[in-house]
Amino acid sequence: MTQFGWIDTALVAARPQAMGALLRYFRDLDTAEEAFQNACLRALKTWPQSGPPRDAAAWLIMVGRNAGIDQVRKTARLTVLDDERAVSDLGDAEAAAAERLDGSQFRDDILRLLFICCHPQLPATQQIALALRIVCGLGVPQIAKAFLVSESAMEQRITRAKARVAKAEIPFEAPDAVERMERVGAVAAAIYLMFNEGYSAAAADSERRAPLAAEAIRLARLLLQIFSAEPELMGLTALLLLQHARLAARFDGEGAAVLLDDQDRTKWNGAMIAEGLALIDKSMRHRKPGPYQVQAAIAALHVQSASAAETDWAEIELLYRALERLQPSPVVTLNRAVAVWKVSGPEAALTLSDTLEGPLDGYFYFHGLRGALLSELGRTAEARAAYTRAISLAGSAAEAAHIRGQLDGLSAHAKAG
Amino acid sequence: MLYAILCYDDETKVRAWSAAQDAAVMEKLGAVQEKLERKNKLGPVARLVPTTAAVTLRKSGEAVVLDGPFAETKEQLLGFYVIEADSMNEVLEIAKELGAANPGVGAYEIRALKFFNGRGAPG
Repeated sequence: MTQFGWIDTALVAARPQAMGALLRYFRDLDTAEEAFQNACLRALKTWPQSGPPRDAAAWLIMVGRNAGIDQVRKTARLTVLDDERAVSDLGDAEAAAAERLDGSQFRDDILRLLFICCHPQLPATQQIALALRIVCGLGVPQIAKAFLVSESAMEQRITRAKARVAKAEIPFEAPDAVERMERVGAVAAAIYLMFNEGYSAAAADSERRAPLAAEAIRLARLLLQIFSAEPELMGLTALLLLQHARLAARFDGEGAAVLLDDQDRTKWNGAMIAEGLALIDKSMRHRKPGPYQVQAAIAALHVQSASAAETDWAEIELLYRALERLQPSPVVTLNRAVAVWKVSGPEAALTLSDTLEGPLDGYFYFHGLRGALLSELGRTAEARAAYTRAISLAGSAAEAAHIRGQLDGLSAHAKAG
Repeated sequence: MLYAILCYDDETKVRAWSAAQDAAVMEKLGAVQEKLERKNKLGPVARLVPTTAAVTLRKSGEAVVLDGPFAETKEQLLGFYVIEADSMNEVLEIAKELGAANPGVGAYEIRALKFFNGRGAPG
């Protein structure tokens, strides 16, 4: 951090609220962004002398609003309005007024900003890129790096996304309760996608993609802060934290993926686990289960067992059953098959996985699991066929290498037998 | 004489720290703690998880549990406990018992610890 690193921190911290308010004033992402940039420049110039303002977000909103109005006036040749001139000079009184003005709208401003970036009409990759740029304030080069694309490609993607949301005509009035919860749901889904973009990365890319997971957690905490009694947001935040807590143990020295069972549990991040467990406990008190809470509860059972052997698979199987009810999908059933394997043995798991042959025939993990189950049942030829099929579907070299290891084990076993 | 130092800061700002910034701050604080420890002047040190994971038990009446941290300004911080428990429900039961032992208008804010160095009393 530089000598004035505290300014960077203050600007990043104030960004969602300030951008949210500026977007409400100008109803246009580009104008709001430019106004915010101008306010940041002013802050970098004046804060080193004046020290931090009492309320950085209110300061940035006022300065940004004035800068934006000047800009709009220049381009549209609007006449100067007296009341706008009156707020152009900043004192503590104005900052306090700005805070009062925005306090009541704080929540909807931030939600609107998030929702516009995560608009359901945008493809997922554009949602994530736009949220990283606009809400988190990451630079285009940083985002391009995280997505493993060129800067110009990322610049284009963000420009296209902005054009698209401009056309979507999102209403700027305060949303009603139903609409508000729909927006929360859309934003939560985008945050989850952002996290998975970072989380599913292979080791070689995991460092470059790490900001995706970290920013997703930051956004989840932000969303939970403004909707502090929403159990699904507690569940989402807990889920991300409990997954991310295992980051340091997920790859070995050579960059190969380490399965949960084999991970060094001392490398798990205790701070994230503590927060995740507190959140999931807190969410369950509401007795309004949802997919994020159930997934977080499953992750919680994994991190709470002292060793892989002590994992409460019976409880995990029940939770996957609950998840199948809340959010039916063949992948959820496949995960349940893993739990069934641990609780009732390979035969039962294989029978359950038979039902997934149709929908999951093109899925790497399906054939990987089938291979393991068939191998345990001594059906070596079938196991070999399943593993071979899995290798052909592997999404990364690490995945393929893992299955190849299984195949080698199978041959060695067959020879020995 | 034992003293407690209670740490207050803007959580939004702390949330804006990168992992590297967070680690840098903790390292600097750790150096101060080490110095105190060498002089045998340091007792337990704890860092709390964010307030988004907090619940608050209001003592008055029906002992209501609310999401979020303690937000009133009428009451003052008078003490704290560190409890080993398996779940938040267990902590809440303990807090209720404490509330029954000392009924009134106050509250117990329940916060998980994300860092705890549980030395004994210094000296």
